[in-house]
Amino acid sequence: MSSARNRELVALVPVALLLSAGFAAVFAQENDRLGDASLVYGAYFLAVCLATHIYLRLRLANADPYLFPLAALLTAFGLVMIYRIDADLARDQANWFVLGLILFALTIRFLRDYDVLERYRYTIAGAALLLLLAPRLPGIGQQVNGAYLGVKVGPLAFQPAEFAKICIVVFLASYLREHREVLIVGARRVLGVTLPPLKHLGPLLVVWGASMFMLVFIRDLGSSLMFFAAFLALLYVATGRFSFVVIGMGLFLVGAWFFASTVPHVHDRIEIWLDPYQNPATSGYQILQSIFAQADGGLFGKGFGQALITIPGSDNALLPAAQTDTIYALIVNEAGLFGACGLVLAYLLFAARGFKIALLADDGFSKLLATGLTAVFAFQAFVIIGGVTRVIPLTGVTLPFVSYGGSSIVANFVLLALLLLISDRARREAAAPRGAFAVGGA
Amino acid sequence: MNRQIVQLFGLTVVLFGVLIAFTSWWSVFDAEALKDKRVNSRPLLEQQQIERGRILAADGTVLARSVPKGRGEALRYVRRYPEGALFGHPIGYSFVREGDSEFEKFHNDELVGEGSELGSIADELLGNEQEGNDIVTNIDAEAQRVALAGLEAAGFGAVVAIEPSSGRVRVMASNPPYDPNRVPSELTELNRNLLERPLFNRASQGHSPPGSTFKVVTAAAGLDSGAITPETTIDAPGTIDVQGQPVSNSGGQSYGSIALDTALTNSVNTWFAQLGEQIGAETMFEYMDAFGFGSTPAIDLPSDQVYASGIFAGDELLGPGDPIDVARVAFGQERLLATPLQMAEVAAAIANGGSLMRPQIWSRVVDPDGRVTERLDPTQYSRPIDAGTAAELTAAMEGVVAEGTGTPAAIPGVAVAGKTGTAETPFNDSCGGGSGENQAWFIGFAPAEDPEIAIAVSIECTTAFGSEVAAPIFREVAETVLDNEGS
Repeated sequence: MSSARNRELVALVPVALLLSAGFAAVFAQENDRLGDASLVYGAYFLAVCLATHIYLRLRLANADPYLFPLAALLTAFGLVMIYRIDADLARDQANWFVLGLILFALTIRFLRDYDVLERYRYTIAGAALLLLLAPRLPGIGQQVNGAYLGVKVGPLAFQPAEFAKICIVVFLASYLREHREVLIVGARRVLGVTLPPLKHLGPLLVVWGASMFMLVFIRDLGSSLMFFAAFLALLYVATGRFSFVVIGMGLFLVGAWFFASTVPHVHDRIEIWLDPYQNPATSGYQILQSIFAQADGGLFGKGFGQALITIPGSDNALLPAAQTDTIYALIVNEAGLFGACGLVLAYLLFAARGFKIALLADDGFSKLLATGLTAVFAFQAFVIIGGVTRVIPLTGVTLPFVSYGGSSIVANFVLLALLLLISDRARREAAAPRGAFAVGGA
Repeated sequence: MNRQIVQLFGLTVVLFGVLIAFTSWWSVFDAEALKDKRVNSRPLLEQQQIERGRILAADGTVLARSVPKGRGEALRYVRRYPEGALFGHPIGYSFVREGDSEFEKFHNDELVGEGSELGSIADELLGNEQEGNDIVTNIDAEAQRVALAGLEAAGFGAVVAIEPSSGRVRVMASNPPYDPNRVPSELTELNRNLLERPLFNRASQGHSPPGSTFKVVTAAAGLDSGAITPETTIDAPGTIDVQGQPVSNSGGQSYGSIALDTALTNSVNTWFAQLGEQIGAETMFEYMDAFGFGSTPAIDLPSDQVYASGIFAGDELLGPGDPIDVARVAFGQERLLATPLQMAEVAAAIANGGSLMRPQIWSRVVDPDGRVTERLDPTQYSRPIDAGTAAELTAAMEGVVAEGTGTPAAIPGVAVAGKTGTAETPFNDSCGGGSGENQAWFIGFAPAEDPEIAIAVSIECTTAFGSEVAAPIFREVAETVLDNEGS
């Protein structure tokens, strides 16, 4: 009955190989600078993965076998890149990885019956709004690059938007599960356009509007974009009304135009995106250096440990925020277009497995929750990779599992835990004969 | 809901496809253009971590080398030019912030050891580190020193010396010079010095009227096209009328019926003006092009630092079909502008029996293990005249040095062939706008019977004649090169 787990174990083998090869490459490249520790890191990482795998065997025997290896692959890739930038940062990241897995295990332990989330949906929505607002609160808020992204309470600093994204998806999934019928049935055609009934759309719009307002208020454009896309995706999946998406896009464009012309921070971001060469040494520096780093990578890249991150002989960054925002540019530089394609493919496979879970799930809440979590994850990857490659304006969200950052790692492992919980139930029910639900389980 | 979920996955595929498309654009398709962007210092910063090869003179004198600075991650190499200003032209400079120029720029790939795309992939797989190669040039360090000292005594100007049989550039000096070691601290000042323009290589970029040295080209066209023979005589009065304006000889002297040798020895304007009209504009352009006029010389310097010579209307090069006053072109006036490099090529082509070799500064590339990986293979650029014409012209040019305007160029015991030139350049802003300013020239080669060196000397903004200031520099440089060859 654990064939899923056996497949998971097999899927971890390439992760182990990649990790060993990656660390060995960095080690061989910079053995004058780094100690033998790099090889110890590799072994430590694999041991933790194996322990998690055994935990999943015991707790979620039927869950999707490929999601955890994909997450481990992305984390390993990120660890190698971060290790190559700074061994100390990699140690932090490794600690957060372990912390993330602990929260992952706790989520699986205590949210086995994740339907309880539905009962607390307004509490969760409130928590999401509070989380988003926290960085603007005096005393604990922190401003980074003009955006209010961080919260610092004592020694503990984190980025609340990473956790808020899960809360918002939970709320939307729960709310839409209950109201999708009336949203469809109550829709009216006005001037040839199908409009949703305002009464039921109200709470959704309020939450959306509030989070949009606060995102502009805390100036985290990347998260704003990602939340909005996830919101539209869920609305579409729940109702099947494409017109709702069109109306939403219209609202977004009006909002974007409005904020671009009134909020200087937003305006600057868009100006830089349209013409980074205007101020190549100041505002356009990050995106230009990110693109120049990619140009230098070519098809095969320069090899791990070969990219220039700071200007030699100085502490000035040649690729600013290489361990967070622009880590994708560093990957293109060192692993080339092929390496980048591999990375994007890993995200695509993650999304494919996530949507597969949504397809398999039996009840509306599970379906919408799996869809929302997968969508917000995929959109986050798109927003930051798209920003670095100048598809959209560059904003400061993390590359899930890969970028340096504790909040990002921990939040994404919680997201993964929820997906696996949904998957375990769906696959157990699909495998078991009807009416014999009680048979499965560990 | 399943249909929508599948559609949502489809959207994800499309979005990720866009990411791959953009990544491909930046990393592969647009990569070369991005690397060339002025604001992109990454390629230079990376090259700075490679020990750039040395540049050497023919005798092994080090003209440029790299010295390490910092350690580990911060290790980088900085360029040093041990000879200072002496080889600022044509070697140029290479620095991260200030960019690169001249020989350093043209030969960048060899100096940093950049191979083909496939070669570098192979190197990467084999773990070979990129290493720079040394380049040995053809430059005669001592002759370069003599040339620059001569120029510094005479005024702004340039000297180019070429080995006629191979095109090897033995001297390329430009005065005023600049010290490339000072570029990192003084680039702005060097660029702003519009009077001296020290970064401007007068040898390859200095455009000035060639004056009477151009009569050699006219004579070559006349002899080679069959318009005249060495015996053909033309009546040369003191003044003739060309297109309504008088053309006069120096001092208004009348020569009567004379042949080429007398006309060249005494630089008779009225004789060459009539020969030019006889040859005609079309044939004139044909021979000029064959000598290299009208296109950028095929030398190993960046194309923006080598100017084409020819007849100019403003910035535009004129060609066959454009209305020109061929009579005045024939003795080096009209709107003719030539670089010292171009005039040295003219001398070299005649010296080499009519075959013009591609002028090249580099001689061989030596890898870090001391193996010669590339060696200059002298190639012919063009063949403007045949050997017979070249011999006839050489005889006439020997007369110039033996008994004519070029006697200061004579070397005891060595037959020298040459031609002086003095173009009047009054009211020239770059000379301070004086009314008595000349452009003084000498072109020639030695020994006449078996030429080893062809030289062009050009002095700007001088009140002296070519015979007085340019010919002595020719003699000193030629003597130095011939001494070195003999030893």
